Amino acid sequence: MNLLEHTIDSIRAHLLAKKFSAHELALQTLAYAQAENPKTNAYLTFSPERALLTALEVDKKIAAGEDPGPLAGVPVAIKDVILTKGVRTTCGSRLLAKYVPPYDATAVTRIEQAGGVIIGKTNCDEFAMGSSNENSAFGPVHNPVALDRVPGGSSGGSAAAVAQGIAVLALGSDTGGSIRQPASFCGIVGVTPTYGRVSRYGLTAFASSLDHIGPFSRRVKDSATLLRVIAGRDEMDATSALAPVQDYSAALDGNVRGITLGVPREYFENLESETGDLVHKAIDVLKELGCNLREIELPHTPYAIATYYIIATAEASSNLARYDGVRYTSRAESETLSDMYRRTRGEGFGAECKRRIMLGTYVLSAGYYDAYYLKAQKVRALIARDYARAFESVDAIVAPVSPFPAFKLGEKIDDPIAMYLSDIFTITGDLAGVPCMSVPCGRTREGLPVGLQVVANHFNEAAMFRVADAYQRASNAH
Amino acid sequence: MKITPDQVRHVAELANLALSDAEIARMTHDLDEILTHMDKLNELDTSGVEPMAQVLYEAEETATLREDRERATLGNTEALKNAPASGAGYYKVPRVIDRG
Repeated sequence: MNLLEHTIDSIRAHLLAKKFSAHELALQTLAYAQAENPKTNAYLTFSPERALLTALEVDKKIAAGEDPGPLAGVPVAIKDVILTKGVRTTCGSRLLAKYVPPYDATAVTRIEQAGGVIIGKTNCDEFAMGSSNENSAFGPVHNPVALDRVPGGSSGGSAAAVAQGIAVLALGSDTGGSIRQPASFCGIVGVTPTYGRVSRYGLTAFASSLDHIGPFSRRVKDSATLLRVIAGRDEMDATSALAPVQDYSAALDGNVRGITLGVPREYFENLESETGDLVHKAIDVLKELGCNLREIELPHTPYAIATYYIIATAEASSNLARYDGVRYTSRAESETLSDMYRRTRGEGFGAECKRRIMLGTYVLSAGYYDAYYLKAQKVRALIARDYARAFESVDAIVAPVSPFPAFKLGEKIDDPIAMYLSDIFTITGDLAGVPCMSVPCGRTREGLPVGLQVVANHFNEAAMFRVADAYQRASNAH
Repeated sequence: MKITPDQVRHVAELANLALSDAEIARMTHDLDEILTHMDKLNELDTSGVEPMAQVLYEAEETATLREDRERATLGNTEALKNAPASGAGYYKVPRVIDRG
């Protein structure tokens, strides 16, 4: 069954009216997703046993007149860097092709407790490193909107699954734009919450000071509902925030009158013209809805790429040290221990992971630490300060997500710098730790989706969702 | 040149990464280009700026500590399940110490 017409609310209504059971929906979704998946390669692994077990629990609760939970029966896809007990979790890497985790990520546990039905694990760039999903050891993902184009990355499979109607919701992870950019390329909603808002317990670490888990959906309201389910303090993750979780979807009434939106000048300078036109039109719609617009400056934006690729690779080179042939399934047999480490890693990691491990090791190595890593941490503070200043005078910031829409498969894969530069509008939000999201704002003449980015201050997801939801209601772009 | 093939070989040693000669050549080119881009940061005067290692929020120093109580951990069998080689409850690796 194609899920494109379904939302959390519509599934709930169907379940309560006995139009279908959660078990029937799970079976039909699995069958349809398995049949359609070869078009995009969005899923790497299906989890029918888990899906049907959760669905039966939901049906039992409904039969007993109990609350089946806020995600009752809703088919959810999980990015394959997020651990699922007993279900293979590859991180898009040859190294983990056979890895079966012994525990669940907290976000996964919370989704199932809320009645969400996990359909399977989605393709991604290896260890979430990439902007096109072409760095997966299990083949690229094709954008369901235009099959010869990339879905974006690194959470390309999650975005594609939702856009293709083979999941209603999905989880992704975002370190430098890996949720928002694929959401914009596939024409759906993607949310990077405040740093620390969602527990990372069970998220395979890439760059720990930047990693986030966040939702994908077609409607803003559904991402708001999913975020409320997965957000909140978790004693298994000391970096998970103590701030109380709000009921993000309850406050979405379409009213944005009097909200002040900042429009950062630096984000409209190097933009493809059609993308710029669509984002400007979206901002005009918000103005018509009663928002006040104010031009703002985020002056350190031009330094964000360099800052990010120093900090993220430094952390990644440390985090990926654990894949050494001892604990995680893959080993290149050798006579000596050091040779075993070197060959396991040399044969196991793909080109982009190797590049980032090398860069990260270099910037942390003796003699270069101050010049690169420490310098980048100082510039990061300046980028965070830009946002703090901006939020003294605006409630939210509106900007493009990506300088251009989905590009063709193979177009940028041999040019790492060009690929890195395409993250320019998303990485500053990760560096500052502020919540940001992408909401579809129309299509180019070629039919390619473009995303509007909405950014708010730390823990002010409510304002971010309010603006994005009001825009989505008002536009015919979704 | 920001980086030479010999430096790349040295970094690969530090990272425990076996790279072929072709990979060393490609890596030297890529890292050189990326490090050149990173020089952009030197345009900024950052004297007096505190480095930012993490996003931090106002809270008591001990606010994120959990209660110290005993709880079950992963069992030995479970923990070893993904090991490429194990035996007698341990991970097995190539011989490190030569008993001579």
